[in-house]
Amino acid sequence: MYELSLIALITPLASGLLAGLIGSKINKSFTHWITTLGIFISFSISCWILVEVFLNPSLFLNQNIYEWMSIAGFNFKAGILIDHLTVSMMAVVTFISLMVHIYSIGYMHDDPGYHRFFCYISLFTFAMLLLVMSNNLLQLFFGWEGVGLMSYLLIGFWYKKESAIQANFKAFIVNRVGDMGLLLGIAVIFSIIGSLDYETIFNSSTELVKAKISITNGYSVSAITLACLLLFFGAMGKSAQMPLHVWLPDSMEGPTPISALIHAATMVTAGVYMVARMSPLFELSSVALSVVLIVGATTALCAGLLGIVMCDIKRIIAYSTISQLGYMMVAAGVSAYSASVFHLMTHAFFKSLLFLAAGSVIIALHHEQDIRKMGGLKQYMPITYLAALIGSLSLIGFPGFAGFFSKDALIEAVAHSSTVGSEFAYYCVLIGVFVTALYTFRFLFMVFHGQSRFKGREKIKESSWVILIPLILLSIPSILIAWPTFGVLVFGDFFSDSIRQISSYELFGFEYQSPLSFLIHSFSGPVIYLSVIGIFAAWVGYIKKPELPYKISNQFTTIHRVLVNKFYFDHFYENVIAKNTAKLGSVFWKFGDIKIIDDFLVNGTAIRIQKLSTITKRMQTGYIYHYALMMVIGLSLLLAWVIIKS
Amino acid sequence: MLALQSYLTLAAIVFAIGVMGIIINRKNIIILLMCIELLLLAVNFNFIAFSYFNQDITGQIFVFFILTVAAAEAAIGLAILVVLYRNKDSIDVQELQTLRE
Repeated sequence: MYELSLIALITPLASGLLAGLIGSKINKSFTHWITTLGIFISFSISCWILVEVFLNPSLFLNQNIYEWMSIAGFNFKAGILIDHLTVSMMAVVTFISLMVHIYSIGYMHDDPGYHRFFCYISLFTFAMLLLVMSNNLLQLFFGWEGVGLMSYLLIGFWYKKESAIQANFKAFIVNRVGDMGLLLGIAVIFSIIGSLDYETIFNSSTELVKAKISITNGYSVSAITLACLLLFFGAMGKSAQMPLHVWLPDSMEGPTPISALIHAATMVTAGVYMVARMSPLFELSSVALSVVLIVGATTALCAGLLGIVMCDIKRIIAYSTISQLGYMMVAAGVSAYSASVFHLMTHAFFKSLLFLAAGSVIIALHHEQDIRKMGGLKQYMPITYLAALIGSLSLIGFPGFAGFFSKDALIEAVAHSSTVGSEFAYYCVLIGVFVTALYTFRFLFMVFHGQSRFKGREKIKESSWVILIPLILLSIPSILIAWPTFGVLVFGDFFSDSIRQISSYELFGFEYQSPLSFLIHSFSGPVIYLSVIGIFAAWVGYIKKPELPYKISNQFTTIHRVLVNKFYFDHFYENVIAKNTAKLGSVFWKFGDIKIIDDFLVNGTAIRIQKLSTITKRMQTGYIYHYALMMVIGLSLLLAWVIIKS
Repeated sequence: MLALQSYLTLAAIVFAIGVMGIIINRKNIIILLMCIELLLLAVNFNFIAFSYFNQDITGQIFVFFILTVAAAEAAIGLAILVVLYRNKDSIDVQELQTLRE
């Protein structure tokens, strides 16, 4: 299994490099065949290992590949960890990646950067696999930065577009802020335990609990709390939690397949994955768990609210992604890690489905992204419509769909939790359910139903098969994936070898029997009714009485303005943080750099030496007898010294 | 028979005159060369004195060598002097300041 998992890891790298280095010299079909084949091999192996794991649950692999460096007794290694969490993530990542590869053959067909695109997404898949297959924090960090880099390159894929460059710059900087937290968190763990291997860290986590780290004189915090908070700060950056979410909506400047792969299904969930992976540590710090819970809940609600007022088709889905990532964090915050990871997986399917469906619409309308200029597309693009409908129903948690099981399970867990802040979180996620249904169906109704509001109606046609096949293949797990896996993954002990799990009864407050009984049980809760009300509200507002939303927004202008301006996060960052940082930088530049370094140190030294030398050069008269005198004096002094000394 | 000290004192005086000649001389390079000769002669005095009082012939052999070298050196020095005079039209020490630059 070791060799196989190594092959699964390496093939995307190899195919990506081949496509990038020699692809443009051969032709387009070579590029997409080699990369798709690489991902397909990786996907097949992942599936094979997943099946093996299901058949033999004790299967486990933790092996170091090689030693990267060894300093003062500390060893840094690269290694592979195959447990149930890794295998599930591998299967999801490679599946979505495969779908996106196929989809991109159609979507990117006429793009001049065709080879570059396939190279990047294959390398991205490699970095993501490196992240999830890692057995230590260092390699995790490496993969973490790798996906960040690929995300940066792909957001700015159309590098001639000003807004794309701004967006990838923003994504990179905001991620740096989060990554600093992650790095510091790793440093805290390393400074106390002296190792970065997961196994060693978890085995000696009591040391972290005992250790105190003093921040200022007389004030110290527990190392475990500090480490977990810093790690979570890293996760906030990568998983776009408020207030570090600002980069994700802007990242929609990249091509749509990228939004589906990186900014919905895989990379942004890396933070959730990391929190789940570090769950044995998070379980030891109730403060960190509460912070995770509250940040997640706030994000889940606020990002959803923003989704209602957005008009760009991709930005709606982007805010929806942020909101769903908030849900995953909420689940992690109440210790329901299995529900969190399960929601991560179902979300990966239905959200990439939604994105790819949106991409299909965008390409049919010749890169029109404003939903106010769409409408009535149902009759022109029936398969895309069906895919978007399935994705939407799964997203809002319609009974029986994959999203329903994952979301309902995590809301149950919040309801039965006693973590500090869980009541606040409960109301947030409940309102969030309504909001989710509202914005999702607003999007669906405005794009596919009602009157057509675009020009050139007769030219609109359904996208080609290479685009539709991934939609169909993604629709299937979006509906069905939960039925066979839900019980095992969420309520069973499937993840117990990698995630710290509390017994499901304690977590969810009821005994689980089958998916069907869970479905029936959920009718006694408010979640389903809230989402139905949400759909109804969207139907009233965008089909029945299209003038109603305008009336409401005119009535509540202040709220509407706050929402349209995205809670002024961007304004705040731009006008307060960025501006003041620039001011501070200019102070450093003018005083520190020009005055001290340039004028005093660099040029100052030269000037002082020049002045000194004008004095000393007078000693050089050029007369031979002066030199001779000096020699005699020197010699006499030397002789005198020798004589006195002896 | 004079004592060793007398010879050494004479040698020291000659050496001092040579050194002072080099330092104080502001006129002529030829005097400079002569002063160098004086320094060598002072050294020779020492050699011969020690050679005689120690009954060792080596010192006197050394003096022959030094005389030879001094002659050669004087010849080269004078040759340089001639060239210098051709170039500068002067052998004044005060004007030889080019080391400064």
